[in-house]
Amino acid sequence: MDTSAKPFGLLAEFDNTTDVLHAAEKVRDAGFRKWDVYMPFPIHGMDRAMGLKNSKVGWFAFLGGLTGYATGMVMIWWMNAIDYPILIGGKPMFSPYGAFPPSYELTILFGAFGSLFGMLFLNRLPRLHHPLLKHKRFALATHDKFFVVIETADPKYSETETRKLLEAAGSTRIEMVVE
Amino acid sequence: MAEAVTQIKVPVPPPELQRVPLVQNNRSFGWISDRVSAITEGKAPKWWWAAFIPSFGFMCLLGAMLIYQITTGVAVWGNHHPTMWGWDIINFVWWIGIGHAGTLISAILFLLRQRWRTAVNRAAEAMTIFAVMCAGIFPAMHVGRVWFDWWLFPIPTSNALWPQFRSPLMWDVFAVSTYFTVSVLFWYTGLVPDLATMRDRAKTKIKQFIYGLFALGWTGSNRNWSNYEKAYLILAGLSTPLVLSVHSIVSLDFAVSQLPGWHTTIFPPYFVAGAIFSGFGMVLTLLIPLRSMCKLEDIITMRHIDVMCKVTLATGSIVGYAYIMELFIAWYSGSLFERFAFINRAMGPYWWGYWLMFCCNVFVPQLFWFKKIRNHLAIVFILSILVNVGMWFERFVIVVISLHREFLPSNWGYFAPTWVDICTFLGTFGLFFTMFLLFMRFLPMIAVSEVKGVTPQADPHHPLAKGNGGNH
Repeated sequence: MDTSAKPFGLLAEFDNTTDVLHAAEKVRDAGFRKWDVYMPFPIHGMDRAMGLKNSKVGWFAFLGGLTGYATGMVMIWWMNAIDYPILIGGKPMFSPYGAFPPSYELTILFGAFGSLFGMLFLNRLPRLHHPLLKHKRFALATHDKFFVVIETADPKYSETETRKLLEAAGSTRIEMVVE
Repeated sequence: MAEAVTQIKVPVPPPELQRVPLVQNNRSFGWISDRVSAITEGKAPKWWWAAFIPSFGFMCLLGAMLIYQITTGVAVWGNHHPTMWGWDIINFVWWIGIGHAGTLISAILFLLRQRWRTAVNRAAEAMTIFAVMCAGIFPAMHVGRVWFDWWLFPIPTSNALWPQFRSPLMWDVFAVSTYFTVSVLFWYTGLVPDLATMRDRAKTKIKQFIYGLFALGWTGSNRNWSNYEKAYLILAGLSTPLVLSVHSIVSLDFAVSQLPGWHTTIFPPYFVAGAIFSGFGMVLTLLIPLRSMCKLEDIITMRHIDVMCKVTLATGSIVGYAYIMELFIAWYSGSLFERFAFINRAMGPYWWGYWLMFCCNVFVPQLFWFKKIRNHLAIVFILSILVNVGMWFERFVIVVISLHREFLPSNWGYFAPTWVDICTFLGTFGLFFTMFLLFMRFLPMIAVSEVKGVTPQADPHHPLAKGNGGNH
């Protein structure tokens, strides 16, 4: 490995969900900030083991839905009652009942976009480059291995102490990842 | 600490009380991604080509029929006075109904915490998207002058005119286009982690690049999973009212009109139940051969087939109830026209269509009460096809039989499809199967990360999690 490259963090491999969950609890209790657990599927209880708060995606979806409903109602009212009123079978120019089905669909449409784009925004995705994705062994993070990565940028990071902590947590293999 | 967990003595229930595991034979995480990705890797098997070539041929037939229809006029179909809606609207409702099972599996069963859905949801969602594509062709084409289709959308035109939002046909445009878009978003969101798996397995640079592009740089970090799972939950929560509204709005195309046979309040729930019924029929038709062709028996187990048969039975019974309730209301309403419309359905010139529908949709699913039948793959396969034959005839009964006898006897007629009708319908099968076969060759047809998540060793507190879980 090129030693002149800037180090990104310590990559600790785990073989099963039990070990990685307990390792995450230890890293959390040690007070690290810039670290993460990488796994092929979400492990139940990992958010609590890492001390993560409830995701904020819901707000994006809510705002999307609200925008969708308002868009539908205002658009239909303006088009059919203001800009070009057409009388159809003696029905009112605008009625919230007739305008409801399209507005309902737009609520769902905008809410779904809000949820997807909110998730991507919070996750800083899409990204074309990540130091971990260059690492050969890390490809197993989408297969059958579990990894804990503590970044060198973390204020508590120390080459020897952090390595010891991960070893004690039961990691089977610890490597340094470069940028 | 962790060792102590595995030592806890759990009383083992007797075999008849034990749940059948979702993934059989204690397969490991690696086995799941290997087996599912194997379908997309290496050379395409012979059976794939044997299915793809005729499908592609029929898709070309669809293209030819549509070009002929656009250049000649909508009259190449058998739609004539008084049956102005014929196979086009039958096929539209039929295809879009098939899509509904995919959304039910992916969204409603997710909210209901039915963990078995993970084995079938990806393929069922793909089925939804391709079925809605087939469905969308018909309303787009039946307007006659397809180059004015864009007038359906609220886009400013030089006519300064806007769409007329008091019509259920306008609601339908919004319902179907939202349904397609949200189904694609939901499907794609589910695909992102699996595309990352495909990216990390890819052997060639091109595959790595393309899968990598669509995987959006997914690393599987838990901070990402946390947002991802919330987004997925919200998408499921949004798709549930969506799927219930889409077929309700499709049914309003009929129910809001004044025609006897259409003008009924039972239509929205009855259409939704029928849609899910036919969709499960199609899921079974697709997955029974695929699970053995792709050697996925450990993932799509007999328990999955059994559960899907039970859903078909439940929704089929709702449909049967609706048929009988329609007959009762026709009598009970005291309306002469309503009563005539229903007597005419059962005993008029199209009596065979009505009874074919009744047999396939009311009697056939009742066979699923028997465990022996649910466990017999060949019989389930045949019954699943009959379900969709019956559901096609249901739409035939609703559209054609109601229209061919109007209020004025001088308007009466008899509808017969033309060869263009038949070839266009066959062509949509070509489009559907071409898309589905391409999907299964290039994308993981099982939700890999979700299936891994429902194995026993995925639970950190399960005795299998540590060490002895999974043979390779």
